[in-house]
Amino acid sequence: MTIKTLLDLKPGESAVVERLATSDETSLKLMELGIGPGESITFLRKAPLGGPVEIELMGYRLCIRRSDSEKIYVQTKAAT
Amino acid sequence: MSKPKPQPETAVPTSETAKRRALILAVGGNPNSGKTTLFNRLTGLRQKVANYAGATVEKKTGIYRTASTDVQLIDLPGTYGLTPKSEEERIAAEIILGLNKEISRPHGVLCVVDSTCLEKSLYLVLQVIETGIPAAVLLNMSDELELRGAAIDSGELSRILGVPVLMISATKGTNLKELESLIDSWPHHATAGGGAVNSPLPSDCPSTEMRTGIHGVCRVSDCPSSEFCQLLKIPSLPKVAERRRNARDIASAVLKKPLEPHPWSDKVDAVVMHKFWGSLLFAAIVMLVFQAIFSWAQPFMNLIDSAFSAMAGFVRYALPAGFWRSFLSDGIVAGVGSVVVFLPQILVVFFFISVLENFGYLPRAAAAMDRILHSLGLHGKSFLPLISSYACAIPGIMATRTIENRRDRLATIFVAPFMTCSARLPVYALLISAFVPDIPVFGRFFRLRALTLLGLYAAGFVAAMVTALAMKSSWLKSNGTPFFLEMPPYRIPDFRSIFLHMWDRSKVFLQQAGTVILAVNIILWFLVSYPKKPGPGVNGIDAVRHSYAGRIGTFIEPAIKPLGFDWKIGVGLLSAQAAREVIISTLTTIYSVEEQGEKREGLQKALQKDMTPLTAVSLMFFFAFALQCSSTLAVAHRETGGWKIPALMFLYMNCFAYAASFAVYHLGLLFGHL
Repeated sequence: MTIKTLLDLKPGESAVVERLATSDETSLKLMELGIGPGESITFLRKAPLGGPVEIELMGYRLCIRRSDSEKIYVQTKAAT
Repeated sequence: MSKPKPQPETAVPTSETAKRRALILAVGGNPNSGKTTLFNRLTGLRQKVANYAGATVEKKTGIYRTASTDVQLIDLPGTYGLTPKSEEERIAAEIILGLNKEISRPHGVLCVVDSTCLEKSLYLVLQVIETGIPAAVLLNMSDELELRGAAIDSGELSRILGVPVLMISATKGTNLKELESLIDSWPHHATAGGGAVNSPLPSDCPSTEMRTGIHGVCRVSDCPSSEFCQLLKIPSLPKVAERRRNARDIASAVLKKPLEPHPWSDKVDAVVMHKFWGSLLFAAIVMLVFQAIFSWAQPFMNLIDSAFSAMAGFVRYALPAGFWRSFLSDGIVAGVGSVVVFLPQILVVFFFISVLENFGYLPRAAAAMDRILHSLGLHGKSFLPLISSYACAIPGIMATRTIENRRDRLATIFVAPFMTCSARLPVYALLISAFVPDIPVFGRFFRLRALTLLGLYAAGFVAAMVTALAMKSSWLKSNGTPFFLEMPPYRIPDFRSIFLHMWDRSKVFLQQAGTVILAVNIILWFLVSYPKKPGPGVNGIDAVRHSYAGRIGTFIEPAIKPLGFDWKIGVGLLSAQAAREVIISTLTTIYSVEEQGEKREGLQKALQKDMTPLTAVSLMFFFAFALQCSSTLAVAHRETGGWKIPALMFLYMNCFAYAASFAVYHLGLLFGHL
């Protein structure tokens, strides 16, 4: 079991959100979008040149900025 | 086409009062749920578009007639939840609760759900149902769900949620008959308040003041009606997590067959998101949009222009000389013409934006551009409005609608007029060909004239970026809401919806901007034409000097002298306030020279005699930065819902221009070569 941030994931890798290290307001927004503790997320790709990261969750795709993705701690399933 | 009648404040009128029942229903849903497509399909051309008072959020209402009901549909802003964190969410929550001053509480909410991502969408549905308002769930894009081999047990979903559920496809028109009978027998279930939909909020609600801000969150804890206002309170995060869990459980209970991946979305993404091909495609699309705005719209603009000139000519021919002839031909007809002439560009911009957005390209392009634009204080979605502004700031500012974040949107609106629009081009062309020698610089390929033009384009761009940076680090500092963009699967655009959207934008522009622009043009016409100098054979320079415009020009001469401008340019600047290129016809009048087609040689010679090259350079810099366009101000007023932003834009840009011209003129004098 390894805990890392969303930004550390490799393309195609899935993980479960462990906790959000964001402000309450940001957490609320992220959780409304489905990025909350216990939700599983697949990392798709990083946009080039420091652009946002694309993730897939609940069957839809979302781009979020790298700065936000660094505050989302996730737990990968594979390494238990 | 009839206007929606003001609805009575009470609950559903029964058949005793009128044969046809009147109903107010809100249409809510996530962005990209096909909410607007459904709204367009149901209401057709019977729509009204305005802004919510004091807000940048668009208020769209329309009439939908079923067999026995006249439904006033309210298109709620697309949101993921209802807890007010943005203007959109606040307005959606207020309408559902009946707290909005402009719209009486709807009799129910139609929740439009993208059935291919049910779990995501159920969060909002659960929140709507929690408020106790009668609701129905419309599982939209049922055709796409079927295509992807999945099935939802809508009966089961209806049983769990306790509200009617209908599978529909807004693009294909599937099951809309069923929707009609659903509406005809509205409401379907008793709510917590026994079906009453009037707002139970006490009239002396202490939190009203707090709700007027952007973050309309109620912070009053010991309120008697707090149960009702739950929505306006920031919920505890466990509450949000619980709603999310419910959504997940419900979705897994009703999804009978799982979704297969979208058949071709990944294949398109492989190209669009590719480092090399993606960038190439991006450049090609930007070029195409640019080309379309500049060239393809031009013949239509010329056509409109010559139609209005012909009309003005006819008026001049038909009426005897005097007030009415001049007022009708130069005031009204020319004024209306100067508004309508922008229509082709607006239509082209909105055609491309709608197609690219509906297809799903726009969010991807915005994501790609976000890094660069974000570092300048803007947003990935600012790029199309800014590109459009190179043609004309009007469609550019109107295109900022796609930016959800209010601050990012205001910043984009604010800097858009710095982009070198096509109206500056004839002014630059005139001054450059009159004053800049056609000599090569830096070897054979670059010529001074082209370089000057390029420099003016660059100056506008740099000014925009500096302004954006300054604003976002102070006044419009981002409030830390996370950036996110949904990447919907690629979809074939619904052209019916696109044409309605284009029609909407044109109507909005003509109605709301048109009235202001026309009024300004009439005032300017009056200032230039009156009072008439008595005596025969007076025209040109004397007549203009005698007019109010001439007097104002003379009056402001001391103020513009430090820029190298005299009263004649002062009059030109005044008239350029209607539209930048008007300065040319004004100067033509002042110098009493005949316009010789496109070459304007007469005017060039007159200017060369009367102006130093340094003054010309100073004037070009003034045009690069100044906001001399009443249409832009009128559109900014509409889009920002008030005069504050346009007034600030006007002051800021004109001070910027003044400072730049001042610096250029005085540096020039100092070095003294020019």
